[in-house]
Order: sequence, then structure tokens, then C-alpha cells
Amino acid sequence: MDSALIWEIVIKSLVLILVLLTGFAYLTYYERRALARIQARIGPNRAGPWGLLQPIADAVKLIFKEELIPAKAYKIVFILAPIITVVPAIVITAVVPWGGTVIVGGREIALSIADVNVGVLYIMSVASIAVYGIVLAGWSSNNKYAMMGGLRSSAQMISYELALGLSFVAVVLLGNSMQMSQIVDAQRGIWFIFLQPVGAVIFMIATLAEVNRAPFDMPEAEQELSSGYSVEYSGMKFALFMMGEYTKMISISAIMATIFLGGYLGPGVDRLPWLGPLYMFIKIFILLFGMIWVRATWPRIRYDRLMAFGWKVLLPLSLAVIFITALGILLEQVWLIPILSLIAGGVAVLMVNLSLRRKAYAR
Amino acid sequence: MTQLHEVTMDEIKHLVSDRALAGETVLLNMGPQHPSTHGVLRLLLELDGETVVNCIPDVGFLHTGIEKNMESKTYQQAEVMTDRLDYLNTVGNNLAYCLAVEKLVELDVPPRAQALRVILAELQRLASHLVWLGTSALDVAAMSVFLYCFREREVILDIFELVSGQRMMTTFIRPGGTWRDVPVEFEDAVRNVLETFPKRIDEYEALLTKNPLFLDRTLGIGKVSAEEALQWGVTGPSLRASGPDWDLRKTRPYSGYEQYDFDVPTHTEGDVYARYLVRVQEMRESLKIIRQALDKLPLGPIRSNDHKFVPPPRSEIGVSMEALIHHFKLWTEGFSAPKGAIYSAVESPRGELGVYLESDGGPKPYRVHWRTPSFNNLEVLPVLSKGVLVADLVAIIGSVDIVLGDVDR
Repeated sequence: MDSALIWEIVIKSLVLILVLLTGFAYLTYYERRALARIQARIGPNRAGPWGLLQPIADAVKLIFKEELIPAKAYKIVFILAPIITVVPAIVITAVVPWGGTVIVGGREIALSIADVNVGVLYIMSVASIAVYGIVLAGWSSNNKYAMMGGLRSSAQMISYELALGLSFVAVVLLGNSMQMSQIVDAQRGIWFIFLQPVGAVIFMIATLAEVNRAPFDMPEAEQELSSGYSVEYSGMKFALFMMGEYTKMISISAIMATIFLGGYLGPGVDRLPWLGPLYMFIKIFILLFGMIWVRATWPRIRYDRLMAFGWKVLLPLSLAVIFITALGILLEQVWLIPILSLIAGGVAVLMVNLSLRRKAYAR
Repeated sequence: MTQLHEVTMDEIKHLVSDRALAGETVLLNMGPQHPSTHGVLRLLLELDGETVVNCIPDVGFLHTGIEKNMESKTYQQAEVMTDRLDYLNTVGNNLAYCLAVEKLVELDVPPRAQALRVILAELQRLASHLVWLGTSALDVAAMSVFLYCFREREVILDIFELVSGQRMMTTFIRPGGTWRDVPVEFEDAVRNVLETFPKRIDEYEALLTKNPLFLDRTLGIGKVSAEEALQWGVTGPSLRASGPDWDLRKTRPYSGYEQYDFDVPTHTEGDVYARYLVRVQEMRESLKIIRQALDKLPLGPIRSNDHKFVPPPRSEIGVSMEALIHHFKLWTEGFSAPKGAIYSAVESPRGELGVYLESDGGPKPYRVHWRTPSFNNLEVLPVLSKGVLVADLVAIIGSVDIVLGDVDR
């Protein structure tokens, strides 16, 4: 490996980290403005033009805030927990291709940091680490609310992780590869969201749980646990949790865009490779709005109901989705996949509705 | 350094189960500083995992001494304190108090004042139910409904400001009538509410009534049977969600409620969802009452002519010696009530709001007691929350609709 390649990777990583961290700060602004818009409010509008400096003001405030560590907390873990939450959220984006290859100063540069051939596995394994941060934060705070938040978080993880992994399998089958760039290339004809809409929906639901967003935000549950696992955190350590959550929102949206929405693909991207990151940005922006929209409108689900939902609905459905995808590929009848999987999804929705109605009748 | 009083298990062992004493279950202090206890309610929870084994409400953190304080004020002065009891039902508190005073001194109220009282009390009921709907939706994390509700409540508070100059603590209803007549803009403002409100309620229902997640959080949670609710003294929408159609506006009409045609919505399930449905339907019924009252709002005086109890108009004071004397007497000594004790109750948004007044013949009440619905409804909380999850407990607290100012007084 020559030194130029190492420099290339270092610079690319630095740029990506900078973009993600700025993105995180402005995602909070975006969320607050979008929520305010939905809720007939104005949102942050004092710091700078249209409140654009609000994230910076928040950051400055949090940096200068006193960092309290409870007397009976387990100090090492208490300090380590926010870091464990943030690092995977940033590292996970390493395998996401942000564009094709561009030529800078006569040198061909691929717009992804590490296009490893087991990208999907890498995402799966790194994404699950973040939950340790939350569980450990809950445990080390020595606070009952925080503990409950941490426990909920682990209960939540075992219920969505399977469905998340299985919805990746459908993509791997369709793309015939675990490498992210090849999955993107496989979508040149048609995006996988149209081939496997139900898989995409399962993935979306599971990612909402993965990033602890409403309606699956039980680990923090403001109304029940008064912010749960992070209740004892203040100052920059608290900001790190926020950073973890919001950076993960961006990373997960980027992954969603890559595996279902054709990644950096878009009109004219082959001639002008710099359009790739732009298309990615637009797709991520739209997906993030979906997450904010859900938060604004839906009540929180109960954590035992999420477990039931994960095991009784999402898991069988994603198994059915894999079966249908494999069948379609085996018979070389790709058009079968969306039709059959939509039928399967419809059946699942119908059964959930029926069970709710039965419950309403029985009460 | 002040010595902290450490609570030992001995002191609370009659409240919790044996398993807590053995350390098998966790004792969790929820409140008084907690986002979903609707004020400063403290709950001592005994938890088995996340299941509530015991829920012990601890009240008194907002004790204001209003009942006692009212004894040292004249009947007119004491009314100002009633606003501060249940701060979401200020007009209703005024109404309850004024009806009690009027019963005590046998004062008549002109029909226009009665109709105005009904309109304002029903507007207040709408505003209170809006706060309830918003906060209880927020308890299950449907956060937008909260802000929509407060947007609509603002319109109603503007009407209160229009008629009385105050948004919340109006003291507009006075013994013998109302403070003043309403301004000319009043009718348009109320008609505007009548026009826009049904659509708004439809919007809230669109967000919640058939939302599968909301159903999941509310159906079959916190059930209470009609018998049990009656035994615990539950009143208001929380009772009507269990079956009995006990509404004081129908069963013991006051202020001319008997002239208006409205239904008392009831459900039999007695769970969180039923309480939600009852209150939402009540909002529609309130609109019906307001519309009828506004359509046939009679003209005429807005205060009783009995100047022993009601101050004479300002214009008379300059020309009539009696008016001047009455005015002087009322503002120095106040009016005296005959010896005796009465109880009078109205239907507040939360249930039966009763006032007990005892008079020793002087210008100040000898004893005042408020039978407040929040207090009695709160008592049933341990029954409702046996064996539910913490997440459900929050929904249940929201659904019984307590106001801590109403609990501690």
C-alpha cells in the first residue's frame, strides 16, 4: 500500500466524519424546524438567520455545561458508554458508497472509504454494538429509571435485530453480492424498493427501532422514564448520546438509500460522478423526513408489544419475503417478487388489524 | 447542614407487599418532579420488572391552603381564590362557588346571566378537555395533538380575555350574576368557535381514534367496573366511561341546563379508551349546548337587583343615597349570610365539583370545603394500576384527568 493511498483514505475519512458531525448538528435543526412546521409552531429562529446558528449555540452550551457524575455511578463504564454509542454510528458509514469514482488531480478516487466485500455483514455487526452503549449507560448510572431504559433497550434489540438481518438477506439475494457497491450497481435497472417493497418497509420499521426513534423510543421515553438511560448524563456526555442517535439516523438512512433506493444512482450520474453524493444527500434527506414525520404523529408503542410485533409479525413476514425473493430469482420471474410480497404484506397487515379488532371486541 | 430524613422500610411496610420488604421487587419514586404526573403528584411504585405491583399516590405537594384562607375573606373576596383551585376550570369553580353563595343568601339570577354562565362554563369545559386531550395524548407520545389542542385552547382563552380581561383567572361570574355584560364582539367570537371546532375535533379523532398504536396503548388498559367506580366516589367522564350516566347537568340541573337539549355520552368498558371516547364526545355535546344558549341568549339585566348582595351600578351611586350606602357597605364589610350550611355542586370537566359553605351569620364564611373531583378520582388510581406496565400507568394517570391544584387545596 503506497503512502498516497493511505493519505487518500485518511482524508476521505476526515471529510466523512466532518460531514457526519455537521450533518448531525444540522439534523437536530432540521428535525426541530420540521416538527415545528407539523405542529403549527415556528421552531428555532433566533440564533442567526432563520435560526441557522442554533446547533452551534446548543453545542457551545453543552460543552460549557458542568459534567456531573453521580457519586454511586460506576465511573469507567459511565464515561465509556456515550463513546460506545457514538463510534459505531460513525464507523458504520465506512462501507457506504457515496458515489462512483471521481478524478482529482489525475488520480482516480472511489467515493467510499472501504468497499469491503462483506459490507452487509459489517453493517449488521457494527450496528448492534451501539446498543451496548445504551445498556451500559443505564446500568452504570445507578439510577432505576436509567436501568429500566437500558433493559428496555436490550429487550427491544432482540426483537427487531432478526427482522433487520433478514430484510438484508432479501437485498443480498437480489443484488447477488454482499458488497455495497455491487448492490448499488445491481439497481441500475430498477431500484430494490420496487422489487421488494415489503422488505423495504420491514427494513424501515426495524431501523426505526435500531436508532431508538419514535414510535420505538422506549429506552428514553420522556413521558415514562423521564429520558431513561441518559437521565444522569449532562454536558458533553449527554451531547454524545444525542450525537450517537442522530448520526445513526443519518447512517441508517444512507444504508437504506443504498440498498433500496439505488444509492448514488440518478440521472446523469455516469457522466458527472459528483452528482452521486448529491443524489445520496437528497435520498437521505427524504428518508430523514420520514423519521421526523413518524415522530410527530405516532404514539409510542409499548415495549412488550414491540417484542410481540417483532417476533410474531416482522419475523414470519421477513422469512416469507426471503422465500418469495428466492423463488422469484430461482424461477427467473422477477415480476413475481413484488406481487407476491405485497400479497404477503397485505395478509400481515390484515391479521394485525384483525387481532386489534378482536381485542377491541373482547374488552 | 440539614439532616436528611431517610425513609426506612419500616415506615412504609403497610403500603407495599411482602416481596418489597424481602427485596424482590423494586420501589420506584415517580414524581413529584416527573413529566407525566400532571403536576406535582408523587407516586410510590412497587415494581416487579416493569409491572406495577403497588401504586401509592402521595398528594400534598401543591397544598395552597385555599379552603382555610377563604374563611378569612368576605364572600366576595373569597371568590378570587376559587379560580386558583382547579386552574383548568376557573369559570366552573366560580360558578360552583357563586351558586353556593346564591343558595346560602337566596339570591336570584337573571336569565341572561344564567345563559352567559352556561356558555362560559361550557367553553371552559372545552378548554379543559383540550388540555386533557393534549396532555394525555402526549403521555402516549403523540406529541403533535398536544400542540394542536393548545392552539384551539388559545382561541377560547381569547374569548375569556375579551369578556373579563383575563385569560385564565377570570372571576367573571359573581354572586347574583356576572361581573359585566359581554362585549358585542363576544357573539362572533363564540360563533367562530362553533364553526371551526367540529372540524378540529374530527382532526384529533383522525389522529387518534382509529390509530392502531393508540388503540394498542389504550384498549383494555386501566379498567374499572361501574360498581367499583361508584364505591370509590369517581364522578365525571371517568365514571361515565364505566357505564352510569351520572351528569349533574342532567340529574340536578342548575343555571338553566334543563332548557338545553344535549346527550350524556357513556361507555361501558371503563378503560382508558372509553374515557377518551367519552371526553371527545362530551366536547361535541358542549358545542351543542353553547349553540343553543347563544341562539336564545335573552336580553336583560346581567345582575340581580338585590343590592344588599350585588353592588349597584356605578351610574346610580351619584344620584341615589341608598345605592351609595349599599356600595359602601359591600366594599367595606361585605354582605352577611344567614346562619346555616349548604352544599351545592356542579359538573366540572372532571366530575362533581361541590362546595360546602357554613355561615355563622357574619360576612365571612365560617367553614368552606371543596369536594373536588380530582381528589376522589385520584383515589381510584391504585385500583386501576394493579398489574399494568409503567407505560400503561402513565396512560392511566392521563386518562383520569387530574389537576393537582384541585387535589390539594
